[in-house]
Amino acid sequence: MPAIRRLVPLLWLGPAIALIGVVVLWPVVVMVQSSFQQIGGEGFVAGYNGTTNYDNLFHEPDFVSVLLRTVVWVVVVVAVTVLISLGLAQLFHQKFPGRQVTRWALIIPWAASVMMTALIFKWALDPNVGVINVILHHIGVVKQLGSNQADWLGNPTSALAWMMAVAIFVSLPFTTYAILSGLQGIPGDVYEAASIDGATSWRSYLGVTLPLLRPAILVATLINVVNVFNSFPIIWEMTRGGPGYETSTSTIYMIDLKQSDVGQAAAMSVFNFLLVIVIVLVYLSTTRWKEQVG
Amino acid sequence: MITTTKPAPRLRATARPARGSRRPLRTWVLAVTAYVIAAIFLLPYLEMLVMALRPNSELGLPTILPKHWTFSNFTTLWSTGLGGSIGTSLEIAAGATVIVLLVAMPAAYCTARRRFRGRTGFLLLVLATQMFQPAAMLVGIQREFINFGLPPTLSLVIVDAGFNLAFAVWILNAFFSSIPAELEEAAMVDGLGRVGALTRITLPLAAPGIVTALIFTFIAAWNEFLVALTLSLGQPPSQQPLTVAINNYIGEYSVDWGHLFAAGLVATVPVIILFAIIERRVVSGLTAGAVK
Repeated sequence: MPAIRRLVPLLWLGPAIALIGVVVLWPVVVMVQSSFQQIGGEGFVAGYNGTTNYDNLFHEPDFVSVLLRTVVWVVVVVAVTVLISLGLAQLFHQKFPGRQVTRWALIIPWAASVMMTALIFKWALDPNVGVINVILHHIGVVKQLGSNQADWLGNPTSALAWMMAVAIFVSLPFTTYAILSGLQGIPGDVYEAASIDGATSWRSYLGVTLPLLRPAILVATLINVVNVFNSFPIIWEMTRGGPGYETSTSTIYMIDLKQSDVGQAAAMSVFNFLLVIVIVLVYLSTTRWKEQVG
Repeated sequence: MITTTKPAPRLRATARPARGSRRPLRTWVLAVTAYVIAAIFLLPYLEMLVMALRPNSELGLPTILPKHWTFSNFTTLWSTGLGGSIGTSLEIAAGATVIVLLVAMPAAYCTARRRFRGRTGFLLLVLATQMFQPAAMLVGIQREFINFGLPPTLSLVIVDAGFNLAFAVWILNAFFSSIPAELEEAAMVDGLGRVGALTRITLPLAAPGIVTALIFTFIAAWNEFLVALTLSLGQPPSQQPLTVAINNYIGEYSVDWGHLFAAGLVATVPVIILFAIIERRVVSGLTAGAVK
């Protein structure tokens, strides 16, 4: 009965395939379908309208600036996160008293909901009484509380800078841990060989450690790119993407569009989704997942 | 004659050889740097505690610490209906966790033990879904689940289970693969039978992986915000999960920061403790073993 035997794995995998199908794959189909429909406020479908949603989307006055801002948002947040994490991982890889306790502190922004972290910073940046402003006032950076200068989130440029800082802050733990895990995989005798060859610690870091960390850095970078691109709670809680759309990324823009025009929001989602697909393909081709399961 | 000229093996284990008295100083510099960084990571969440203990009358004062401390934000938290939201969040997180374990364990075990057609394809599908997040397909999720007409809590259980399945499959696959099949075969020869070998040998050995998958799914579902906000819109606050309900303290003209941060602590502290338990194993599940 070889035919039946071949179907046995389906019994084991069936529930997982069904769950992925309902939750992950089918929404994509619905989304693509919706992007070609005219949909009213209550979700009522008025019928197909071809590529009108896409035409409207591409002609939105904010579309190009939102896309450019998204690129800046992703590149800056991920690049700074990876750079700081390289340093943090090197530090937490060393042995010192109390290392475990400091590592627990490091994971807090990872474990806590990002929404809560965003709300803490929104409060701390309050122009009148926020604790960051109070401290900056004490040391003389903020001249007067309640002034325009203290209203960091009211000005698009400073708001974006602070939100990037929060996004970096919550991305650091995972990235540091991924690089730490890469560091632990480097055998000690590699360093011994390097030090016998007379390499200084900085040169052995650049010449030995960094190349061996390449897979860890690559995977951490790609996972961060997807996370930061899809990031919603930080901008939504701190500025709602405003004033206007001046602090919106494409994810925030899509969610805002959803309030007024579901069809056009679906078109924006399809556009975002295609970008994610490209990143996923890069991810799958660079990770060594086949080695683990092979 | 035994002499002591053999090099101490301890030296070989360290990356750089010890250099006399410089070592303690270096260790101290490292330690202090790490403590400062740890404090930076902890401070925002300590501020949450400071704010929760601050009397409402002092909310408008520009002081770092309040002059008086009060527990009233915690004692009055329950009258704001937070108990119901905690219950809803627990239902969603526990429901999603149970579904993920029931669905992921057979899939991970089968892919770890057997080689069959479609195995690689299945694992590729799982890995790809890990990179897809609800935000990228929110419109589709919203329209699909509104069409289903399920209660929002049940919809959230299913969505959270689906998006966290990949992590569980991946980490359980690694654990099951590391348990030799010969161990199960020996147990079966000893008369335990297939089910006995599974429940008495394999599952206990894979327990760390199961606990990691369990805690990770629970935390992810507990913290999830975007889909919860979308699907539980317009529900009474007690039927909204905690992440959504906390936003009800933000009014149009004023924010009830005291209650907001007291509720935030209730939502945050348990998951930080749970996360500390799985800290060491979580990276390998998220990166599909690519960094080990």
